[in-house]
Amino acid sequence: MNSGNTEAKLWDFHGGVHPEQNKLQSTMESSAPARMPEKLILPLHQHIGAAAEPIVEVGDQVLKGQKIASADGYVSASVHAPTSGKVIDISEHPIPHPSGLSALSIVIETDGHDEWIEYRAEQDYTETNPSHLRNIIREAGVVGLGGAGFPSFIKLNPGSQKKIKTLILNGVECEPYITCDDMLMREDPQSIIAGARIMRHALQAEECVIAIEDNKPQAYESICHAAKGIAGLRVARVPTRYPQGSEKQLVQVITGKEVPSNGLAVSIGVVCHNVSTAAAIYRAIHLGQPLISRMVTITGAAVKRPRNLEVLFGTPIEELLQQCEVESKQIERLVMGGPMMGFALHDSSLPVIKTTNCIIAVTRKELGLEQAVMPCIRCGACADVCPVKLLPQQLYWHSRAKEFDKAQEYDLFDCIECGCCSYVCPSNIPLVQFYRFAKGAIWTQEQEQKKSDQARERHEFRQTRIEREKQEREAKRAKKKAPRAKKAAAPKAPPVDGAKMAEKMRDEAMSQRDSAVEARKAEIQAAVARVKAKKERATVQAGDATSITPAAPSKGDADKKNDSSSASDNNEQVQ
Amino acid sequence: MLTSILALSALALVFGLILGFAAIRFKVEGDPLVEQIDAQLPQTQCGQCGFPGCRPYAEAIASEDAEINQCPPGGEATIYALADLLDREPLPLNPDNGAESVKTVAFIDEQTCIGCTLCIQACPVDAILGAAKQMHTIIESECTGCDLCLPPCPVDCIEMIEIKEDMLTWKWPYPQEPAANSQQEIST
Repeated sequence: MNSGNTEAKLWDFHGGVHPEQNKLQSTMESSAPARMPEKLILPLHQHIGAAAEPIVEVGDQVLKGQKIASADGYVSASVHAPTSGKVIDISEHPIPHPSGLSALSIVIETDGHDEWIEYRAEQDYTETNPSHLRNIIREAGVVGLGGAGFPSFIKLNPGSQKKIKTLILNGVECEPYITCDDMLMREDPQSIIAGARIMRHALQAEECVIAIEDNKPQAYESICHAAKGIAGLRVARVPTRYPQGSEKQLVQVITGKEVPSNGLAVSIGVVCHNVSTAAAIYRAIHLGQPLISRMVTITGAAVKRPRNLEVLFGTPIEELLQQCEVESKQIERLVMGGPMMGFALHDSSLPVIKTTNCIIAVTRKELGLEQAVMPCIRCGACADVCPVKLLPQQLYWHSRAKEFDKAQEYDLFDCIECGCCSYVCPSNIPLVQFYRFAKGAIWTQEQEQKKSDQARERHEFRQTRIEREKQEREAKRAKKKAPRAKKAAAPKAPPVDGAKMAEKMRDEAMSQRDSAVEARKAEIQAAVARVKAKKERATVQAGDATSITPAAPSKGDADKKNDSSSASDNNEQVQ
Repeated sequence: MLTSILALSALALVFGLILGFAAIRFKVEGDPLVEQIDAQLPQTQCGQCGFPGCRPYAEAIASEDAEINQCPPGGEATIYALADLLDREPLPLNPDNGAESVKTVAFIDEQTCIGCTLCIQACPVDAILGAAKQMHTIIESECTGCDLCLPPCPVDCIEMIEIKEDMLTWKWPYPQEPAANSQQEIST
């Protein structure tokens, strides 16, 4: 338990697949820093949660590491300038996202000096309060670098009641092609181990396990070497299988405990972070540097020199492709992320963001023949490989028919969208696409339902309010009427007169109200006339001034008249 | 003969009493069907169906005075939900009531607004803030996009703005059936 590479018991998860690895290509060469581009495009929404709010303006000079956008709310992350330069634009730019949408981005023109802002390192993290540590990590804009981009400080806050038993550092990297975590573990194990110790302190976790798949022997050796002699730190070599790197599956393999449906790993005392995140946290705490760059794998058959690059956020992908000598003619498709869960990019000018772990330039040959979708033959191959033990064919059936309640009965929301079912499907059905569609449609429905419930509530409240106001008015009138009616009735005696009087009073009140309404109408008409006159004057000024000028003063007069009449109306009303 | 008549009358009387008692004892407050129909409607309170609000329309559907295809904001989804609920045939949206359109939210041009409060009185969900001779503004999160504030405005300072899709509202589309595999429909 106390050190290094002790082999502890491992558990198993259901299903999984063994796709071709294709990892060797990009690990032949050691990693290198990417070339500094002329322009960096920094989207303000690079993470899960709310987009950051810009705190710089166009024309501002910024230094490397300077905060340029601040986290907006709890689930959000700040954005920092990756190098020194000048802010030249803050506007909507296309972002690497399956939707192909644009989002607000800050564009920095680099000045080549790469001048750091003054930063301060934390002297000794063990002396620091965990909550203060989380604050520094939050300020540094650190998010999960495994691919999801969830703000890391939240996952380092177990809450006051929860006791964290195990902190798992995820170095599994189970998707084919991707090797950025592998390279980081080989080349910079010290940062990862130091980050792991900080995280363990922040969580007050009993033990820390670093999980590495057995297809990365160099990374395993390197981490074991760095972890030697550190109490409570263990390195686990897990057999290669996709999707072992998924949090829930990895927790099961390491601890033997299953994360409950609709629950989080933290509910069973386990927290899982990526190894790259650990290194980023080390830099934030020990060096005081915010998250401004990451390791990105550039690979695929169209790349002549596939390798890993340390890339500043905002660097256009085409610059990386150039550096790795890509034959752009050969690129059939450009994928961000792995081949199983990644998505195609529509443009190579899109920037690298915090969640960009891999860029694959795929050739036509690599893509293989496109196969036609055939009907589901209910062979059950998808159910055999589903790591969550769902029934993918049933989910497909109901999602396709838009029977969302039935899809939910088959636990649609437990699907982790790993793509194993699509991978093995002999009919080439894009199963995961259907699940994603169904999830989105259900979320939209839920939101709309919420909104319509709110509208109904407000509408009903408005109606009861109007009713109540009406009653109150009537009650008031009746109250006013009563003493006068009495007075009138007392000397003249006959009650019939009283009733008549009341009727008269009511008529009067009605006519008074009518006149009030009329006064308001007149007032509104006056205002309308004013606005019209204003509009006309504006058009006159814009257009041919001479032809309509004589009409303008008379309009103005009318205006004034209206004004005065509305004023007198007002007086009447007051009286 | 007589005994049978007597027996039947006695039975009729007994069951009549039981039914009469049940009608009083187990009386259902309100019409649960109306509630269920109302829950399916989008609650824009726009009146495009020809009734003054969603609930009156729900009541009309329940009493079979109205068809289920008169709600343009709800569109096809609402028609199918109602058809499902009431076990009726789904019909295409009645073009007399309007067409299904994109979701919008009202916006007041505050430079032009004269503070007449007419739109406030027209808004069915109290989503407009303001007072007499004070500039008005829309509470965006409460606006249902019903267009009811447009006609009363004497200076035409209200505009309906389309709600744009952003990162948070974007959803995966329905997969195109002829696509060959999961990656094919995404083209470079």
